[in-house]
Amino acid sequence: MCKPLDAIDRRIIVATQAGLPLLAEPYAAIAAQLGLQTDEVLQRVAALQADGVIRRVAAVPNHYALGYRANGMSVWNVTDDRIAELGRQVGGLDYVSHCYQRPRHLPLWPYNLFAMVHGRSREDVEMKVGAIADLLGSHCRGHEVLYSKRILKKTGLRIKE
Amino acid sequence: MDSVDCKIVNQLQEGLPVCARPFDDVAAQLDIPVDELLARLQRLLDDKVLSRFGPMYNAESMGGALSLCAMQVPPDRFDAVAAQVNAFAEVAHNYERDHLLNMWFVIATEHPAQSAVVISDIEQQTGCRVYDMPKQEEFFIGLKLAV
Repeated sequence: MCKPLDAIDRRIIVATQAGLPLLAEPYAAIAAQLGLQTDEVLQRVAALQADGVIRRVAAVPNHYALGYRANGMSVWNVTDDRIAELGRQVGGLDYVSHCYQRPRHLPLWPYNLFAMVHGRSREDVEMKVGAIADLLGSHCRGHEVLYSKRILKKTGLRIKE
Repeated sequence: MDSVDCKIVNQLQEGLPVCARPFDDVAAQLDIPVDELLARLQRLLDDKVLSRFGPMYNAESMGGALSLCAMQVPPDRFDAVAAQVNAFAEVAHNYERDHLLNMWFVIATEHPAQSAVVISDIEQQTGCRVYDMPKQEEFFIGLKLAV
């Protein structure tokens, strides 16, 4: 966690959290909307990115629309003393999006590594999961793939105005 | 989608520079006017090929917290419990998954302490135990979907 956001940072976040205006000079439009100078908005957005508050200014694809209709949450029971190294390797695979270490809840939930695997079909996902199993080898004591049956809710992060 | 659209989707996942005219370089690389790039971007959003375009904010770096939670919900109460869980503004995503733990949701809060309150409220309202699985280490975020 870095330095707390001030009121102007928060107004910039509120103004851009649903997206950036699709204009050649989007930050000038944000500045006009907030009654700020464009340079100040640019400096603050750059600082937020340098601090990691903004990961990047980018397009977020809709997996389904792009033909990646299958996604499986693969979960793995990985030896604790190898998870840092193996987690990085799994996270580096180009078909894995989110990759995290999370706590086990024994006995119900023995898995400590989560990797979201995207594919064009369930067979495609299974093949990629097989490749991860090969990569983890004997350091993995079990895994499962949980497929989503239904999206019950999907909204982005929202901070309050 | 034509080949220019595909290139736009691929390239804009990488991120744009923070500057006064952030689209200029990409438009030049694609050899199209900025106006055309913006119009195509608008259409990709309208057609839901892209789900959003803009700054990708990181809740933890804003001092907030994100936690993945799972519940084992009795099938006959599933939709009612889903409605109870979704009613919390802090619940950002919620998925039904094919597992004994059949409901998986993400709680996003501005302050880490709020997440425990939300979890306890959800347990009280639904009568289901919430398995809290906050991330302990992040190995990668983001995905490059080649189209």
